[in-house]
Amino acid sequence: MEKVNVIKALWRDHVNKIKNFTLNFGPQHPAAHGVLRLLLDLDGEIVRNADPHIGLLHRGTEKLIEYKTYIQALPYFDRLDYVSMMAQEHAYSLAVEYLLNLLNLVPLRARYIRVLFLEITRLLNHLLAVTTHALDVGALTPFLWAFEEREKLMEFYERVSGARMHAAYIRPGGVSQDLPLGILDDIYLFIKNFGARLNEIEELLSINRIWKNRLINVGVVTLENAFNYGFSGVLLRGSGLNWDLRKNNSYEIYDILDFKIPVGLNGDCYDRFLIRIEEMRQSVYLIYQCLNNIDYGDYKLNDYKYVAPLKSVMKFDMEALIHHFKFFSEGFVVPFNISYTAIEAPKGEFGVFLVSNNTNKPYRCHIKAPGFLHLQGLNMMAKKHLLADVVTIIGTQDIVFGEVDR
Amino acid sequence: MLNYYLLIYKIVYKYINKVIIFDNNQIYFFVDVNRLNDFVFFLKNSLLFKIQSLVDIAAIDWIWRVDRYSIYYNLFSFIYNYRIFLIIDIPIFFNYVYGIGVESLSNLFNSANWLEREVWDLYGIYFYNHIDLRRILTDYGFKGFPFRKDFPLTGFKEIRYDDTYKIIISEDLKMTQEYRAFTFINPWK
Repeated sequence: MEKVNVIKALWRDHVNKIKNFTLNFGPQHPAAHGVLRLLLDLDGEIVRNADPHIGLLHRGTEKLIEYKTYIQALPYFDRLDYVSMMAQEHAYSLAVEYLLNLLNLVPLRARYIRVLFLEITRLLNHLLAVTTHALDVGALTPFLWAFEEREKLMEFYERVSGARMHAAYIRPGGVSQDLPLGILDDIYLFIKNFGARLNEIEELLSINRIWKNRLINVGVVTLENAFNYGFSGVLLRGSGLNWDLRKNNSYEIYDILDFKIPVGLNGDCYDRFLIRIEEMRQSVYLIYQCLNNIDYGDYKLNDYKYVAPLKSVMKFDMEALIHHFKFFSEGFVVPFNISYTAIEAPKGEFGVFLVSNNTNKPYRCHIKAPGFLHLQGLNMMAKKHLLADVVTIIGTQDIVFGEVDR
Repeated sequence: MLNYYLLIYKIVYKYINKVIIFDNNQIYFFVDVNRLNDFVFFLKNSLLFKIQSLVDIAAIDWIWRVDRYSIYYNLFSFIYNYRIFLIIDIPIFFNYVYGIGVESLSNLFNSANWLEREVWDLYGIYFYNHIDLRRILTDYGFKGFPFRKDFPLTGFKEIRYDDTYKIIISEDLKMTQEYRAFTFINPWK
């Protein structure tokens, strides 16, 4: 009898041992949002452990920046999180302005233009985030609608900078060019209709039974965990903390603009979806305010040591021509300083840690990407969920591998 | 806000080697390597400071210095809305109390896990008491620490796909022209 029990116990151990199996999710899986390789330990369909392997898109941006002048390093930031381009340029520009003590000298019009395009960027990002999330969960249609809107927004990008995505528009000391004629009217026309587009997306998703079943109580993040894992942005606000760097550590002109911060209650995926939608509405409101109050002054600093001279001045002024040459070949020298600058990018707190050393190149540039820390929390969020929920959780984290891998 | 930092300095001045205030009012505390974990533990658990989240870790390679690496820690308190920047200088001769390397903060903050893995991967600074210290950003089987200043920008290996053998081949880098770094240090001011 005893022998039988031993054999039974051995068999049970054996069964328990082979029960978990490892599944390789990605790097080519479309729901992995890029090149995420996820090793999932599955117990039946339940995820016991998720181990993300990242670095498949590692380009060594930080190292490359160390070999470029301050102005040459700027376009690398577009290519980090390639769906919210200007937000990151802006973080870098602010960091350089910090180092040069130019922060209070940036003209008001430049600030309005920056905020205008930062909010357009937020729309771009959230449209992609929400609708690709919906696509992963199974709703294709909002994706098609949102990409039409994104196309229009990227046209605004194109009109101000010449590039649809990698704009390099926000630069240290202001923005690179003035707004072209009539763009504010067109942005107004877009914004006027955009609320209706958002309503359409919400009509299809917010009260949809399948959508709610897939999202509610999935990927719950407690506030404690959100702090502990260093979450920021929507993942933090979804857990119920009223926290936004635009309000709490205000930069540019966000302190004189009026907007509200949506906050979640349960910290699940559905809350985060609602927050993203509401943030888009707040962005629309912010864009309204920028359009109405925009200042008619300079669009960039007038100091030719730090910004490129105007073409019109260059034609007649020898000194401006020399400045232009020196600016684009040598760049500007930044005295030794260390700074950490953070902004509220659409995905969360995006920070740039810059060390300058009396030369024209940054000595060290570290990029604090929100997605890196969010992806780290994937194991915590996906544990004890079904395999299909992993897709939902990756979607709600709004992962973009350009910034995770850097 | 300055008072806050003053308070920290007054209470735990023993842990702090020096304080640097930069032009933009960002304050960096230089902390002893061996005492870093205790210091952060204190900041996290003391009611006065309530550091809740570890936002960022990054290493800096000062190649000419004897204490070659520095690591900066970015700690944040949501309740009081302030940041603390800590910098530790790592002596080149590793003679620490507990082991070799820097003590990991992953027992205090979960976010330290990947951030320290990144520093280990890119700079080769070892963290002891870490949960799983693997490489994170570089390729599987990568050798060397690419973000050190003596690691060339172009690297040592290049990878290509061989169409006849249908395999990925990693071979030594061949460049027709060396990478040229221009210096523009201006003798005039």
